[in-house]
Amino acid sequence: MLRIFRKNKKKPGEVQDVQLRPAEQSGQDLLEKRLEDTRRQLGKRLGALLSNRSAIDDELLEEIETALITSDIGVQAALEITGNLQAAISNKVITQAKQVLPAVQAELYELIEPCEQFLHIDEAHRPFVILMVGVNGAGKTTTIGKLAQRYKEEGLSVMLAAGDTFRAAAVEQLKSWGDRNDVPVIAQGSGADSAAVVFDALQSAKARKIDVLIADTAGRLHTQANLMEELKKVHRVMGKLDATAPHEIMLVVDAGTGQNALNQAREFNKAIGLTGITVTKLDGTAKGGVLFGIAHELGIPIRFIGVGEAAKDLRPFDAGSFVNAILPID
Amino acid sequence: MFENLTERLSRTVQQLRGKGRLTEDGVRDTLREIRIALLEADVALPVVQSFIQGVREKALGQEFLKSLTPGQAMVKLVHDELVQIMGVQNEALDLRAQAPVPILLAGLQGSGKTTTTAKLARLLIEQEKKRVMVVSCDVYRPAAIEQLKTLADQVGAIFQPSTAGQKPADIAKNALRAARQQMCDVLLVDTAGRLHVDEEMMAEIRQIHAVISPHETLFVVDAMTGQDAANTAAAFNQALDLTGIVLTKTDGDARGGAALSVRQITGKPVKFLGSGEKTDALQPFHPERVASRILGMGDVLSLVEEVHRKVDQKKAEKLVRKMRRGSGFDLDDFRSQMEQMQNMGGLGGLMDKLPGMSNLPDNVKAQVENHQTRQMIAIINSMTPQERRFPDVIRGSRKKRIARGSGTQIQAVNRLLKQHGQMQKMMKKMGKGGMARMMKKMGKLQGQLPPGGFPGGGAGGKMPF
Repeated sequence: MLRIFRKNKKKPGEVQDVQLRPAEQSGQDLLEKRLEDTRRQLGKRLGALLSNRSAIDDELLEEIETALITSDIGVQAALEITGNLQAAISNKVITQAKQVLPAVQAELYELIEPCEQFLHIDEAHRPFVILMVGVNGAGKTTTIGKLAQRYKEEGLSVMLAAGDTFRAAAVEQLKSWGDRNDVPVIAQGSGADSAAVVFDALQSAKARKIDVLIADTAGRLHTQANLMEELKKVHRVMGKLDATAPHEIMLVVDAGTGQNALNQAREFNKAIGLTGITVTKLDGTAKGGVLFGIAHELGIPIRFIGVGEAAKDLRPFDAGSFVNAILPID
Repeated sequence: MFENLTERLSRTVQQLRGKGRLTEDGVRDTLREIRIALLEADVALPVVQSFIQGVREKALGQEFLKSLTPGQAMVKLVHDELVQIMGVQNEALDLRAQAPVPILLAGLQGSGKTTTTAKLARLLIEQEKKRVMVVSCDVYRPAAIEQLKTLADQVGAIFQPSTAGQKPADIAKNALRAARQQMCDVLLVDTAGRLHVDEEMMAEIRQIHAVISPHETLFVVDAMTGQDAANTAAAFNQALDLTGIVLTKTDGDARGGAALSVRQITGKPVKFLGSGEKTDALQPFHPERVASRILGMGDVLSLVEEVHRKVDQKKAEKLVRKMRRGSGFDLDDFRSQMEQMQNMGGLGGLMDKLPGMSNLPDNVKAQVENHQTRQMIAIINSMTPQERRFPDVIRGSRKKRIARGSGTQIQAVNRLLKQHGQMQKMMKKMGKGGMARMMKKMGKLQGQLPPGGFPGGGAGGKMPF
């Protein structure tokens, strides 16, 4: 494929300062409260179904199936879970309505708990290199900005590599994040070779004894074979300077994505071997249930979830509260 | 896109073929399968439920059960129901208003608003010959304004500067004034991505909407969106009174259920599909054809249109004239044909639209198109003009030179010459009236194709591979 944007070599321009969104200004509390409300609605509905009766009926099972399907967990998985539930009921393992929700929750928790693995910055590797990958618009650059702030606040020295040389103004976007957090950004003009930028950055990070280097890459659909090859090249080139780099290959997934997220994880994993996942935009009504499918099939650790605009809203993944958001017990 | 859903639905429906009459149980089983297929394709649950309800009512009608070909009848039912959800025909942008016509783009973060703004600008400039201004109201994301400026320069749109310090509604108001002063036909207003649950941000876009009162308000949505499409589409539609939908990132392997969900829930038509990284990768959406594609019938009409748009008419006519004169189809013609095919997204892009081709894995398609075609063009480029005109002069030492020059092997040169020989033979046949017959066939497919506007190998003839 010809990629005409790439031909437009251009020097990175001035960085613009931006406004804070209202939710950032007023603190996160308001938004969080609203979210709680939407989540609680489902909990109330399920709770109402439970309190009215002690026997288990089809309506309750249907409501659970609906909750699972609308969380993007996938129809097969949802049918399997409700099938197991029905089997347990007819075997008299579950006899009371109030046992139903905890049973399903436990099953979900068991599925995803192994993926709750915090990203530990290993000091043996300096710099610790994090390579961010994902489809267009998943939120890679924004996540990098938040990660940079997080590690900076932990007292680590951070450097960013502007490996997205394709999208217009992606370099400027990353530079703006760098400026905000007072973190150096290694960039070449847009249209430059992504692997070359990353190589440069790794060299410079080594020279400056940086603790954490986070490399951005251009968003790419996992079906584009050539672009996946390009990603392999970025990986290869890093290996020339540090055979162990990158130490974390992080897939960024939009929580609103449906079953396609499974294809994304599969293909990126096949191409360069993922070691972590970050889920963004969980602050809307999207539940990100497709993560169960990814956990089940690939078992890739889930590192962070993005629940808001501010840097502190990038939180370590917690299996318990994730499950509770999908199937709340009021 | 839509391939997986296609596969699933056609498998389900095929099971019905060959069966005699349908029983009520048979209908129920089929509907269950269709329900699962739709859910797997990420169609939102409420939409699936109403879809199944619609098909069930008709399927259990007396007429249907009496049908002797239940498979066919079921295909038709599902097809009709899909069409009913998706709308019957393409709905173009409505630009019938006093210039500058304001168009507002809204959507979640990362759905592709800015890229779509640029693509839409290019489409309006190139195909509608409009004078287009673009402006960005995204004062939140770093470098968002810069991104639109770069893209505007690329597509030749007028960029109205804005700064992150301004209020979005003021930016929009100023842009409208500027567009009027600069005699623009259309003003495209790009906005910041926002979550539908963020009340302040939704209030902000309502304010922008109120200030410019857009003639078109487009909701930009990622084709990979899952069940949440139902919530977001409903919320945006309520806040903004949308007039249309743009579905982006359709070139991946998403099953496209979001298209159905958003269409059904908002009741607003999908007007465009974004399908690639290039700024010309924006296509009008034809619901009827997509419904056929979902059921595995291929989208031949879109293909014909695309060929018509992208094939260089002059070159094609030259070729046809040449063939009419009876002179040969030389290697230069061969090369220009391959180049034109590459313009149309290569063989992969073409195959996508043909019935039954959806099963080929994408990487195979990509390899076919990029590797082979590029290699063949390189080989021809390494020839002298004389060799291109009279390929018969290419013998041993010339072949060696050409192979070296193009970085290939002699075998590849041989293969190309042989293929060209075959093409030449075919062209000769067509020159003697075969071409006219073929054009007629194509003409039936779509009345508006001009006579002679079609090079033999473009789509209807044999592929050169």
